Amino acid sequence: MTVDQVALEERSAALGKRSLKKATKVAGIRLAISMCDLTTLEGKDSPGKIRQMCAKAVRPDPEDLSVPSVAAVCVYPDLVGIAKRALSGSTVKVASVATAFPSGRSPLSLKITDVRRAVSAGADEIDMVIDRGAFLAGDLRKVFDEIAAVKETCGTAHLKVILETGELETYDNVRRASDLAIAAGADFIKTSTGKVAPAATPPVTLCMLEAIRDHWFATGVKIGMKPAGGIRTSKQALHYLVIVKETLGSDWLTPDLFRFGASSLVNDCLMQLRKEETGRYRSEEEFTKD
Amino acid sequence: MRRSRTLATIEPDFLGKWEYAPAPESTSHLSIRSSYDLFIGGKWVSPKSKKFFSTINPATEETLASVAEAGAADVDAAVRAADRAYEKYWRRMPGKERGKYLYRIARMLQEKAREFAVLETMDGGKPIKESRDVDVPLAAAHFFYYAGWADKLDYALPGRKARPIGVCGQVIPWNFPLLMAAWKLAPALACGNVSILKPAETTPLTALHLARLFEEADFPPGVVNVITGAGATGAALVTHPKVRKVAFTGSTEVGKRIQKSAAGTGKRLTLELGGKAANIVFADAPLDQAVEGIINGIYFNQGHVCCAGSRLLVEESVHDVLVRKLALRIRTLRLGDPLDKNTDVGAINSKMQLEKIKELVQSGVDEGAVLTQSGCVLPSKGFWFPPSFFTNVAQSFRIANEEIFGPVLAVQTFRTPDEAVEKANNTMYGLSAGVWTDKGSKIFKISQKLRAGVVWANTYNKFDPTSPFGGYKESGFGREGGRHGLAAYLEAE
Repeated sequence: MTVDQVALEERSAALGKRSLKKATKVAGIRLAISMCDLTTLEGKDSPGKIRQMCAKAVRPDPEDLSVPSVAAVCVYPDLVGIAKRALSGSTVKVASVATAFPSGRSPLSLKITDVRRAVSAGADEIDMVIDRGAFLAGDLRKVFDEIAAVKETCGTAHLKVILETGELETYDNVRRASDLAIAAGADFIKTSTGKVAPAATPPVTLCMLEAIRDHWFATGVKIGMKPAGGIRTSKQALHYLVIVKETLGSDWLTPDLFRFGASSLVNDCLMQLRKEETGRYRSEEEFTKD
Repeated sequence: MRRSRTLATIEPDFLGKWEYAPAPESTSHLSIRSSYDLFIGGKWVSPKSKKFFSTINPATEETLASVAEAGAADVDAAVRAADRAYEKYWRRMPGKERGKYLYRIARMLQEKAREFAVLETMDGGKPIKESRDVDVPLAAAHFFYYAGWADKLDYALPGRKARPIGVCGQVIPWNFPLLMAAWKLAPALACGNVSILKPAETTPLTALHLARLFEEADFPPGVVNVITGAGATGAALVTHPKVRKVAFTGSTEVGKRIQKSAAGTGKRLTLELGGKAANIVFADAPLDQAVEGIINGIYFNQGHVCCAGSRLLVEESVHDVLVRKLALRIRTLRLGDPLDKNTDVGAINSKMQLEKIKELVQSGVDEGAVLTQSGCVLPSKGFWFPPSFFTNVAQSFRIANEEIFGPVLAVQTFRTPDEAVEKANNTMYGLSAGVWTDKGSKIFKISQKLRAGVVWANTYNKFDPTSPFGGYKESGFGREGGRHGLAAYLEAE
């Protein structure tokens, strides 16, 4: 399946022009919060930082308890245990990046160990990266086999496959990598690590949703989608939700099948909710920055 | 291609949760007069015919205004006013100065873009997102573009000197009222001609408001005249002996009558008439984007587009997959209040047009084609037709030959490139065509064989003032847009 860049980007931009006001806007923002994988993936991540972020994940707005919890937190493998304990009793899942994130440049045996360790520490979801070097060199079998091996190691944990679309560059590549990841056993396909620019964009997400749609029609199986990186505002999030709604329909408007990989998005969503409620923007200092 | 038994049974839910709330564009900034006179010689004059007719909003059937109906005496007065303005002001004015006037109109259109977009949508039924994002910006772009030519006409006809023709009678259709006015007026005026513009009787308001801009811009009186009325008014205008140049956009039937009447009179003539364009999708095309192009090709402006891609020719091996995608996609088209910013498909322009669409659709059903419709709920008031397409269409069916001018697509199949070209050209029309393939060489090979004035590759319905537009065969002759568009308004010395 080939993809035309101009027409894809036009369609994506057209969906960004939907006018979403009042109740539609509020419902969309609340949905977006519930779909967030609240993420920290830094070298300086510490147990304290993780525990603080987990508190935010469970209760994003302490002043408004009707605001839903986020879907998951996303951390490095060595911090999974801490996140798991901090989130016990909540609905929030723990996702862990693995497979020599973000570059994926390690032997398969190490990647498998990486995944196994995260799963045994309690990770509900594994966010793996594909071997972009192998993909771009044309060794699709290697990419496929790695995904299949990781999937097997995951056991019951959900597998999200990161394509790192910024390195694949063309939509044709993104489409091919999406089909490949789905065929190899991905439960979710994900755009980016957040470490490479460009990260998620609306057209790249649309391109991946089209792969998911074709797979759904061909097999009846629903694959999830996660754009990650660069999504900072509720306005951007609503654009993504429109793309999802008008490409796959309501079935995908759930955290079970759509996630945002983001760190600062939640606070912008909270600020917009407060603005809809009170009619004015509040200081960003009113919202906790964990 | 993938074909699976589950293919047809899965039905996504596009309504359900998270429905968009109404988002209507405000009309409070708009001042529609209750009655409009004729704009002749720089003044608003009541018609000597004493007759007026109503223009309605096709989405609500409410009357918007009453509009003067120009009789033969009114037409004569307008032509004389134009002729005086031509001799007294316009032909003598240096191109540089004419350009300034046209730039002024372009800027004023941009400043009043919202007013014009809302008015266009109310009078014609098209979605506000189209009038806002396509009609009005393109109209302004045409004035900008031809304003730039006004002082460069020595370069318009290579190797030859050019001079204006004189009085132009310009008759425009109801599908893009403001944009067609711009297509006609901008090159005519830039070249030093004067004009009597007659908008269609169902959509006169934006042309009348455009006349107000010419008034505000302080154009010399009579350079632009706008007269309203129906067929009889148009006939009186195009047959007037002092009209040296006739430009008509509309139906092929009327176009033929105009050509007959112009024969032997020495009048210059350009006609932009109907179409039955083939949109050709090869198996190696980017199918999801081709679907967008098909949608844009046939449902843009409710299919009231002369260059609409009203015939889909799809390579047989991808027919089922493409039709499946298309059936799904038309369900996401939002039909309803044209003023709502989320509306994709607006109202049919008139009751008469709706009847014509219904009659042709019935003929398709009777001839054995399979009809698929979007299933959306149609409003109780106004004129509406759901996005529709026919499969199982033979080349001999009326729906494959006649211009429907509505949101109705005929899907046919082909097996080889030669067969695609043969079917695409097997029509009395030749205005436009589309080619969808991932292979660049195929685009050039096919498009050279298509007898169509405009060929789009991996896109559809793209317009730009710098690009010539016009047809072959019964789609008319002459080109509008670009340097080619100047030739119709210049006399070579």
